[in-house]
Amino acid sequence: MRIGIVCPYAWDVPGGVQAHIRDQAETLIDMGHAVSVITPVEDPATLPAYAVDGGRPRPVPYNGSVARLTFGVKATARVRRWIREGDFDVLHVHEPLAPSLGVLACWAARGPIVATVHSSQERSRVLITGYYLAQTALEKISALIAVSEHARRTIVDHLGGDAVLIPNGVRVDHYLGAEPLRTWPGPAIGFLGRMDEPRKGLAILLAAFAGVRARMPTATLVLIGPGDADEVLSGVPADVREGIVILGRVGEGEKARALASLDAYVAPNTGGESFGIVLLEAMAAGAPVVASDLDAFARVLDGGRCGVLFPVGDSAALESTLLAVLDDPDARRRLTAAGVRRVAAYDWRTVAGDLIDVYASVTAGQSGVREDLRGQIVGRLARRRELGGDDAS
Amino acid sequence: MTLWWWILAAALLLAVLGLYLSMTAGRLDRLHRRIDTSRHALDSQLLGRSALVLDVASSGLFDPATTVVLADSAHAARAASEDDVVPRGLAESNLTRVLVEAIPDVSEADALREVAADPTMLDDLRGTCVRVQLSRRFHNDAVRACRQVRRQRLVRWLRLAGHTPWPETVEMDDTPPPGLTAR
Repeated sequence: MRIGIVCPYAWDVPGGVQAHIRDQAETLIDMGHAVSVITPVEDPATLPAYAVDGGRPRPVPYNGSVARLTFGVKATARVRRWIREGDFDVLHVHEPLAPSLGVLACWAARGPIVATVHSSQERSRVLITGYYLAQTALEKISALIAVSEHARRTIVDHLGGDAVLIPNGVRVDHYLGAEPLRTWPGPAIGFLGRMDEPRKGLAILLAAFAGVRARMPTATLVLIGPGDADEVLSGVPADVREGIVILGRVGEGEKARALASLDAYVAPNTGGESFGIVLLEAMAAGAPVVASDLDAFARVLDGGRCGVLFPVGDSAALESTLLAVLDDPDARRRLTAAGVRRVAAYDWRTVAGDLIDVYASVTAGQSGVREDLRGQIVGRLARRRELGGDDAS
Repeated sequence: MTLWWWILAAALLLAVLGLYLSMTAGRLDRLHRRIDTSRHALDSQLLGRSALVLDVASSGLFDPATTVVLADSAHAARAASEDDVVPRGLAESNLTRVLVEAIPDVSEADALREVAADPTMLDDLRGTCVRVQLSRRFHNDAVRACRQVRRQRLVRWLRLAGHTPWPETVEMDDTPPPGLTAR
């Protein structure tokens, strides 16, 4: 199958949507499909072979923050050419509500279009200000996918349609059997995420770790992720601080190896987490998981059968849970085995199989994706401009 | 002088109205086409499902009793797709129910996988049942989007939809056999 994927955000800026698209494209290519991704990018030299430069992103204030988006006549022309030359069987647009390449692709193409909604916004400005135009673009989408129940609610509430729930995936093969990064002096507890983001709950873990360290003086806390650690650690007593190792921001491979070296991975989040992909990554790497009992985490951990849950924000409960887990090697082995089994359902190969079913349902009896030139002034301008450019060359 | 302003304003209003109407007509056209293609896709998935069920039934995978019931309902579904004596939704729902009964849980599916000459047959069956469900969902979604536009007052008064019949959703039971989809 020839699949064209549209990424709305800059490829070389780290982000959940970009990582999702990268994993999707690489898994589909592994499965033998022809995949092309068009994406905004700061430095086209960083693009992998399957990606096409969709133009430079521009920082614009949008939906309450500054987003780096790509739009305009030039971007439209690039998207049109990509659609014309790609000869795709199906077009897969990510985040169709963001005013970026996704909306442009919806306008510029006709045929089977599939779209995935990632964000779960309460109110989307596109839908209010540009309701008519957005609606016109959205009406061309044959199948809507939501990555989470939250995202699905956004679609049901704001668009009046329904969406198929296909959750995010994990590249299990990247984590399974990862070589431990190093051996720690004692039992190792890990945290992954932005250190200075309160909702990630590092403060709760630090309080619990002080108690753990009192009982197990060799215990180590490994902090992985970006953010200013000094500020978070300023209130930590010196003897506890000695047990804390900061790895900072690490690459994919190093992350897998760091997770593999842990005796317990802790997700002390207090909210705002819609899916819990890091839990799955830790499980795939073989780390026993201890997580706050948020709905999303409880779902991923199968109600506590594949990991240990503790009440949200309760550092005393986290402390006793951690001590129990670190004291019981049999329980850890059981958790690791259950986690590895659990994660298979979220493997990207399974997810990609579900996507292929969606593609097959919308492409049946259709001849593929074509350029749509009807009634679009911007599109006509872009076409003329592009033809002029071709003549000159 | 004010008269000219009024005329100008009226002309501008007419132009905007005309643009809006032509865009809405184009939009309706697109929505109707989307319904056509989604209906077509659903048809081909349903035909694919009954054909595959007949294949599976004739492969001797199931016991004789299940085989007879499966083949019977698959034939009925195919017959209903050609002439509308039996409502098609009913015939397809019957096929769905028989499939659910044939593979009610994972242990049944595992037992079948062990005796199957070609284990991929069950995966194909899962795939086709899931695609039927997806196609129907996408079709009904297209119908809903189209109805939303066709209910607008201007569209009704000016008959922008022409003679295209009021779009209908497809109602049927499309639950895939639980033994195949459980993970």
